[in-house]
Amino acid sequence: MTLIPVEALKRKKEHFERGEEDRRALEDPRAELLALEEQGELTVQKIDREAVTVPTKYGRPKRIQKAHLWHHKSCGQCGHIPGYSTSIFWVMRKLGYDYHDPRDQTSCTAWNYYASATSNSAAQAAVAVRNFAAALETGYFPLIHCGTSYGHYKEVREELIRHPELRAEVRKIMAKLGKPLVLPEEIVHYSEWFHALRDEIAAKQVRDVSQIKVTVHPACHYYKLVEGDAIYDPDIYGGQRTAVVTGLAEALGAEVRTYSTWFDCCGFGFRHILVQRDFTRSFATLRKIEVMKEEADPDVVLTHDTGCVTTLDKSQFAAQAHERNVGVAVMSEAQFAALAMGAHPYKVCQLHWHSADYRPVLEKMGIDWERAWAEFEADLKRLESGEKRYLDWDDVDS
Amino acid sequence: MAQADAHYKAPGVAGYPDVPYEEKVRLFGEVKSDIRFGDYLYGCYECGICVAACPSARFYDFSPRRIAQAAAREDVELVYQQMQEDIWECSQCFSCLRCPRGNNPGGIITIMREVAVNNGLASAKEALAGYSRIIYKIMSTGTQVSPDMLQPDAFPDWGPETGDVSANLDLWRRALPPETMHTTTTGWDVADKTLIELYLIWLHTGALDMIDDVDPGLHAILQELMEERLEEEGIEP
Repeated sequence: MTLIPVEALKRKKEHFERGEEDRRALEDPRAELLALEEQGELTVQKIDREAVTVPTKYGRPKRIQKAHLWHHKSCGQCGHIPGYSTSIFWVMRKLGYDYHDPRDQTSCTAWNYYASATSNSAAQAAVAVRNFAAALETGYFPLIHCGTSYGHYKEVREELIRHPELRAEVRKIMAKLGKPLVLPEEIVHYSEWFHALRDEIAAKQVRDVSQIKVTVHPACHYYKLVEGDAIYDPDIYGGQRTAVVTGLAEALGAEVRTYSTWFDCCGFGFRHILVQRDFTRSFATLRKIEVMKEEADPDVVLTHDTGCVTTLDKSQFAAQAHERNVGVAVMSEAQFAALAMGAHPYKVCQLHWHSADYRPVLEKMGIDWERAWAEFEADLKRLESGEKRYLDWDDVDS
Repeated sequence: MAQADAHYKAPGVAGYPDVPYEEKVRLFGEVKSDIRFGDYLYGCYECGICVAACPSARFYDFSPRRIAQAAAREDVELVYQQMQEDIWECSQCFSCLRCPRGNNPGGIITIMREVAVNNGLASAKEALAGYSRIIYKIMSTGTQVSPDMLQPDAFPDWGPETGDVSANLDLWRRALPPETMHTTTTGWDVADKTLIELYLIWLHTGALDMIDDVDPGLHAILQELMEERLEEEGIEP
């Protein structure tokens, strides 16, 4: 059931493409960056490979480079839900696009900044620019895994565009590191890459997901922070919600169901998830999971950010003890797409790091999870016996 | 004056020390002088959309509308109270950016938090108590959370899977196909030269010194660690 009058909105498509009188329609960070580059204020890393053009909230076209990408990893994904990162890499490999997984990368440090404020705008900008400079040195174009990194880097870009004194300060720090003040032509989140390439992903699909009911949690830091840069499409929710995740799930043939609290955050809270989790648990279960269960009864919740997967997945255990209406699998759309493309649920998607029960949705996708776990355990035995020190990409597809 | 107004709590009840009016003016001056302040505040229609969208407003006595209004009115008494009581309840989700006026109450709170930390306010000390290990992790290693943080006693509410991860950590990390992710103490393998560059950023932007007032012990440990590492590399901090 949908509550959105999509057809009526589509007939008014001209309102989606706002006119020049709308202040927001004139905001084009890309053009402003290029103008600053002309003035010698900064360097812009250009898109230099084949790209897909997608529409953003106020109509500005955004280009998503397909290959030769520098993966700006997420500390929360790599640390606590590693199958999220692994699935992003795996899908890119399966589609035949080259990438670089750098060691010369730090966290954006924004999780800590939003949690504790033990930093400042100059430090945050310098951390962002240092990472972008590292990408430039390799020639690969940045692709940001974390929604908070993506949102924060867009904030940093705005601050650097608006404030010459900040640019001067960051340039000075970068000079000490022997690096330029550089920003990429577009700041791109991995979910935008998945959205832009959703038809190529669907073309490689080997598992039927048409029986899977999906609810989507759009990540706050993806579409609320510097909102004009997020992908919206008149053909998805009539352009009234971000199109990423939903567009991919629909391209794969899953049944996307809506629910009334879609705009609410997950409850992560940055500091709350670490030191005040009573808030996080309550919000995640009462405002998100229970509402989804009651209104949409999903088989799986798909989302596209580190904190959202963690919060919605981990918060359900304690609520189960109170016999709340919870108990639904949570994963990123990258993991879901990987599964649809035939990825191993443990070797690639690493679902054993998740808490909410994912097995029913695997069964609905036709995956024998008991057999898959036995296969994974056999691989672990190879590691324990010393036959191999690490598993590699060849192992996960064997 | 403050005690007569329903907006304020009496200092004795509030649980933090009152300060002279001039000090509140000075603190608000620090908030207002941040380069982002003018980008975050344009006025207020009093429509309450920010409150309706705010997750923290549902669970705490907290209102992003009051944050924006106090800042717009330059009500230094109320801003001080908010810096001591309210700002750490914000979820920093930025749902309040739904504001039709273009305000960013979450952004104003970010600045207020920075000022609270910089000035060692009681609220900052309280909010960051128990958070030191996270600051240590991000500032010293370049990644915020690490696999070895997943200990069942630290996350008992996350279910038995946390114990499974903890018990099998080294083995399960070695089973990850990306070469950068075989780590247990960091999210991924961060290069040495990268860390040194990060240390220089913390030192040169004053970010490290920000924690001196709220956690002098942690500040001393981090400063020693960074300076030693830079000295090894022959780099002047």
